[in-house]
Amino acid sequence: MAKMNMLQAVNNALITAMNDDEKVMVFGEDVGHFGGVFRATSNLQQTFGKGRCFNTPLTEQGIIGFATGLAAQGSVPIAEIQFADYIFPAFDQIVNETAKFRYRSGGQFSCGTLTIRTPYGGGIAGGHYHSQSPEAFFAHVPGIKVIVPRNPYQAKGLLLASIRDDNPVLFMEPKRLYRASVGEVPEDDYKLPLGQAEVITQGTDITLLAWGAQVEIIEKAAVLAEEQGISCEVIDLQSILPWDVETVCHSVAKTGRLLINHEAPLTAGFASEIAASVQERCFLNLESPICRVCGLDTPYPLAHEKEYMPDHLKTFEAIKRNVNF
Amino acid sequence: MKDRNHLAKVGLIHQVKIVENGLIDIPMLQVLRPDGSVHQEAELPDINEPLCLKILQTMQYIRLLDERMVAAQRQGRISFYLACTGEEASTVGSAAALEPQDMIMSQYREQGALAFRGFTSKEFMDQMFSNQNELNKGRQMPIHYGSKALNFMTISSPLGTQIPQASGYSYGQKMAGLNAVTICYFGEGAASEGDFHAGLNMAAVLNCPVIFFCRNNGYAISTPSEEQFAGDGIASRGLGYGVRTIRVDGNDVLAVYAATEQARKIAIEQQCPVLIEAMTYRLAAHSTSDDPTGYRSKDEEERWRLKDPLQRFKNWLDSKGWLDQEHNLNFIEQTRQDILKELKLAEQVPICPVEQIIEDVYDTPPWHLKAQLVDLKKHIEKYPEAYPKTSGRL
Repeated sequence: MAKMNMLQAVNNALITAMNDDEKVMVFGEDVGHFGGVFRATSNLQQTFGKGRCFNTPLTEQGIIGFATGLAAQGSVPIAEIQFADYIFPAFDQIVNETAKFRYRSGGQFSCGTLTIRTPYGGGIAGGHYHSQSPEAFFAHVPGIKVIVPRNPYQAKGLLLASIRDDNPVLFMEPKRLYRASVGEVPEDDYKLPLGQAEVITQGTDITLLAWGAQVEIIEKAAVLAEEQGISCEVIDLQSILPWDVETVCHSVAKTGRLLINHEAPLTAGFASEIAASVQERCFLNLESPICRVCGLDTPYPLAHEKEYMPDHLKTFEAIKRNVNF
Repeated sequence: MKDRNHLAKVGLIHQVKIVENGLIDIPMLQVLRPDGSVHQEAELPDINEPLCLKILQTMQYIRLLDERMVAAQRQGRISFYLACTGEEASTVGSAAALEPQDMIMSQYREQGALAFRGFTSKEFMDQMFSNQNELNKGRQMPIHYGSKALNFMTISSPLGTQIPQASGYSYGQKMAGLNAVTICYFGEGAASEGDFHAGLNMAAVLNCPVIFFCRNNGYAISTPSEEQFAGDGIASRGLGYGVRTIRVDGNDVLAVYAATEQARKIAIEQQCPVLIEAMTYRLAAHSTSDDPTGYRSKDEEERWRLKDPLQRFKNWLDSKGWLDQEHNLNFIEQTRQDILKELKLAEQVPICPVEQIIEDVYDTPPWHLKAQLVDLKKHIEKYPEAYPKTSGRL
């Protein structure tokens, strides 16, 4: 075990994957010699050479199209999109190409070895274009998996699992935690299962569900609620697509209440999908309406970032309202 | 229907002959040598003393502003800044050759063009402190300027998106019969985006009066231009799209002015796009979040410091007898004080009241945004200390 922050854990996972399989290649804007704008790819080019870790021209659609073709050939590409806010030029490639590659060819061709890494999320004074959480757009796309880790240990294990999974995976890294989140990480190779949520804290009165950087927000709210005698069960969803409906519903059946928190705007955010599925399965268990604490339905603002964020206080208030419904 | 023959201009060969890269030589216009002396055969643009002094003062102003704001970021007073040191001639020289009614659609390193248009220190500071006086209401990061009054379109961070927009904007100017063009600035890195190719092609096919102005400054964050493209810069692409093209020394403000003036003339008279590739160097870091020591040498930077566009222009002005040293030193001192004064004022101004958070999403806020604002205000009332920037003015 070693103490690592999330960037070091991502870097360590990439080194592990590149050591393990020479078909693994890492590329994107500024990821080469410089090691990426966040330094997640530090020393990869120096260690593995320019052929396996390289800068690309500044074209997201090019990066993902290239990566999709490279994966179809049988290599194992790990493509970086520098900020999730800049993934949209590649939306066509991801939605129409990457995600449908296997299905449209009757399983003859696949780009399942592809992993797309991208930093997402706010809380860093990044304004409109360095703050967004676009997971819900991709949750609507059959054929890709969407994964979000909450700490360095999860980041390494889930990233290695994503790289080795035989489906294209969008791996979204909460950049607010890149240096802030530090923890013990095994230096060995390990994988954590995709598609599984994790119950972090057991509780009895209400289930709190989030992913990525918002997990620590609901944990903070759970502490405030605890002081008021409200027992919260805290779950990290980890996998947005496919998502672990069983773990969530098992918890809701026990607590009778569900609060979902995400940074992305409320309307058509992934909480909507979770709420719809949970009410189908747990209708008779529910003691109050499923509640969403999310970003506002506005572009992500700079000056009003604090007001926009679904923080622990908004979550705490929502917990109280929900329990007293 | 017109008879068409898309092979009409295609000549024939009868042996395999691959066309080699680099067959077309695209030279670079340079009027002033790096020391500020004029090339013997150079044609000087028709430019008078007051305009030259305005160009000089704007270039100096921007350099002082950049120095001050990089320092302010280091002091933690603003969150982010992006300097244009070394590229002042490209943006100021080109803006000087335009008319005020021409639209400027910039990338994010064109504060020189904005300052030339008359953006004040107060307006710069209000933007960088995201305060309630800011024209874009504090919604974007520092340096994302925009001014309707100055025909300077609000900046967006995603790269290259303004390029096809500029084609469209200029098409509208043409259809409205305006005596105006659009200038669209971008870097050589952004020219790798799909939007660049779409924008140039559409402008050429639809005969749009737009000037595409590429600042080829050698780097896209850490990525050097040789890892960005294998062809002959950006200029060669203009020819591929059928766009009239000129390459210019971006550190020679007279060359930039001359090229832009000519480009504007062509765009207006012939109603077509023109591409300018300005060869320059980003002496600054990409932004205050960047550290160039990780990807380039001090020696390389020093070599380019010797080609400083500001010193080059000053030397020429001096040789013309147009540079009053004492007056200029007073200007610099006065500007320094003015910038600092406005900085200190702007950082005291509060951000917009919280009501602004739902405005401008649509022309008028729909029911769901109004409801979200009501909830938000109730919440802030309950926890005023957690939202100190807005709780005092609910």
